[in-house]
Amino acid sequence: MMTPSPVLLEVNGLKAFVESTEILHGIDLGVSRQEVVAFIGPSGCGKSTFLRCLNRLHEETPGGRAEGRVTLEGQDLYASGTDPVQIRRRIGMVFQKPNPFPSMSIFENVASGLRLNRIAKGVELEARVEAALREAALWNEVKDKLDASGMSLSGGQQQRLCIARALAVKPPVLLMDEPTSALDPVSTAKIEELVIQLKKETTILMVTHNMQQAARISDRTAFFLYGDLVEYGPTTKVFTTPSDRRTEEYITGRFG
Amino acid sequence: MIARHWLNRLFISGICLLAMIALVPLFSVLFYVISHGASSLSLEFFSSLPAPVGEIGGGIGHAILGSVVLISMCSLISIPLGLGMGILLSEYSQKPVSRVLGVVVELLSSIPSIVVGLFAYALVVRPFKGFSAHAGAIALSMIMIPLVARTTEEMLKLVPRSVREAGLALGLPKARVIVSIVLKGSLRSLTVGVILAVARIAGETAPLLFTAFASQHWFQGLSEPLASIPVQIYTYAVSPYEDWHAKAWGGALILILMVLGLNLLIRIFLPRRKDG
Repeated sequence: MMTPSPVLLEVNGLKAFVESTEILHGIDLGVSRQEVVAFIGPSGCGKSTFLRCLNRLHEETPGGRAEGRVTLEGQDLYASGTDPVQIRRRIGMVFQKPNPFPSMSIFENVASGLRLNRIAKGVELEARVEAALREAALWNEVKDKLDASGMSLSGGQQQRLCIARALAVKPPVLLMDEPTSALDPVSTAKIEELVIQLKKETTILMVTHNMQQAARISDRTAFFLYGDLVEYGPTTKVFTTPSDRRTEEYITGRFG
Repeated sequence: MIARHWLNRLFISGICLLAMIALVPLFSVLFYVISHGASSLSLEFFSSLPAPVGEIGGGIGHAILGSVVLISMCSLISIPLGLGMGILLSEYSQKPVSRVLGVVVELLSSIPSIVVGLFAYALVVRPFKGFSAHAGAIALSMIMIPLVARTTEEMLKLVPRSVREAGLALGLPKARVIVSIVLKGSLRSLTVGVILAVARIAGETAPLLFTAFASQHWFQGLSEPLASIPVQIYTYAVSPYEDWHAKAWGGALILILMVLGLNLLIRIFLPRRKDG
């Protein structure tokens, strides 16, 4: 008789380290389904590290280590028996710089997650690649050159290709680490539109340095500073009546 | 403005001059070998056994075949081992075993080739009481394995971490990321590395002197001594006979052509892709 919990992802006391330096000092935060959460804060405050802890990618950085509790639909991602590989199939990621696989074609890039994990092949694979490219609003631009190298696309197209690649495995959660910081305004607008569309099915956690972007597309905003979560709440509230003085100072551009 | 302009010209001319000085030895070696060796080249030279001293004709066909056999054996041993080590060094560099291996490869690649030859002599030739192709291949492998391992490591390290992370973030196991993304993407440069390593060992002489030794016959089996081009050149060059000297030059020319051919193969069949 239980209804699914509205909280999809819950983080308790998450600490992250590189060698012996503590980068995150115990973060508590919950994310509901079909939300867009924006993470803002000055460079080096731990936003990206936080994101990378959620799909256990932080531990792949040399010296990287995390402790605490992160649960996705009730499953503890940091429990001893949990396989990070399985987690990453449910939590997709888009990086700051577009990083298509250089040796693969556009089709192969999008198909890679499905093909290499043996999830789909043949006609089903083609259908899912097309669906992912449509979702990423790239299909019309590449449908006639699916065999061209992923590197032959423009920066903005490459980033949408990476989004399509992440979406093809249908992850319930998508992490985006400054996905538009390397792109021009037109490509940025396309990706923002995309995020709003994707929200219907996917929960999105996005790091951004662009305040307007956070205000435009997110439902909730988290403000990080020096490895602490200073403020977390509905975006309109964080931007209009922040409860912490430091949040206000950052948003109004007095520091950072 | 004017001063800067002239300074620029001065530096460019200086660099061009240095480049030309560096090219002088290369071209003089080529010129010398061709001018002395070209007259020995004939179909017979490639296809027949050496003739006794004083007799006209004869060739080094057995040495060419021997070199091909030795290089093939050595490649069979060294390419898988070297690639494996290179992958370990690049992809698992944090592991203690990888750090130890890194030092071992470094040391192996700095051992003089004559010492490698002596080592293989003690390890293989003495216990089995005789020079053999096996011993020669093992000695050459000790030179080729670290070469392949090092180039593999360096080529794989050129693959940006962001590409590996993209693979991991898709939920691919690390081994799958290495095989299907990192290695597949580096196939071209790995091939170049392997071919260059082959070209390098093709000319090695010292490790073969005490191992495969020399032979005046065609290939007799892997447990028998085996002729090779470099050792044949050495034998001919230190002899007191005029016509043997000419044959040494001929052999040198063949060796150079082989190495040059391998380099050309790389350029023709593995052109650098514009997008990659």
